[in-house]
Amino acid sequence: MTNLGGVGIEHYLVVGAILFVLGVLGIFLNRKNVIVILMAIELILLAVNINLVAFSAFMNDLVGQVFAMLVLTVAAAEAAIGLAILVIYFRGRGTIAVDDVNRMKG
Amino acid sequence: MIQTLAFYLFAGLVIASAVMVIMSRNPVHSVLWLILAFFNAAGLMVLVGAEFIAMLLVIVYVGAVAVLFLFVVMMLDIDFAAMRAGFIKNFPLGIAVALILLAELILGLGAYNAGGLELATADGAAAQRVGQSNIEAIGVLLYGRYIFLFEVAGIILLVAMIGAIVLTFQPPKPGARGRQDIGKQIARRPEDATVLKNPETGQGIEL
Repeated sequence: MTNLGGVGIEHYLVVGAILFVLGVLGIFLNRKNVIVILMAIELILLAVNINLVAFSAFMNDLVGQVFAMLVLTVAAAEAAIGLAILVIYFRGRGTIAVDDVNRMKG
Repeated sequence: MIQTLAFYLFAGLVIASAVMVIMSRNPVHSVLWLILAFFNAAGLMVLVGAEFIAMLLVIVYVGAVAVLFLFVVMMLDIDFAAMRAGFIKNFPLGIAVALILLAELILGLGAYNAGGLELATADGAAAQRVGQSNIEAIGVLLYGRYIFLFEVAGIILLVAMIGAIVLTFQPPKPGARGRQDIGKQIARRPEDATVLKNPETGQGIEL
């Protein structure tokens, strides 16, 4: 269906794989900064979306795109809740360093 | 030819900006690089004909999520330099894990290319017909076969919205300025508020 010259599904999957790995690496490197960790999670979800859309387009089946939309919904909800938790955490502590979150008290 | 060129442009930019997201010192710059990454991913999706998802990516991710990130980064007054501690220490381990993960993913792709794996074929029920636009085909699918999934997505967004409001809502302090006390307003009678005075001519009145 889709004709992109020499670009096939493998090219898209490699881009998705690299983005996914970069997201995981971002979580590793920025262990203290929750905001960057959340951004790395967004990168991971973007990689998943690229994979879903690539399969959907190259196999001519739109279910992948419907599912990508649901992933997008969940990503938006996750960002909203995550940032809300971050804001109340900052209000209580004055910092967002996650490596000393060791007591479950409000 | 032009498609190949566009693919490599978008793919290169999306990977470069993803690297900058995780490497840049200032989280504001990280958010801006994230926006660039989303735009280029949308370009990649337009390239294979998924216009609707691409536009959704621009509107939802860039218009809502990234702006929310930007807002929170700028609202919280954080010493970001202190956050960078441990970056160098974690670097070798992170790179090692990332390289192993990437090698595994690409090996999986190689196994598929070598013919060891067989992808399932689509049943054709959700195929985009010739002459039908992408958004029309997705609409038919979304409001037909996947209507319950669509409604569940709506409920997820509703729950997330209520959750965010409940988490961050601070009840105003009782004596705060500009605070409306409805009970006090209702209990107020005319005789408390107005008084009739009959001053002598030429004399003032003391309230």
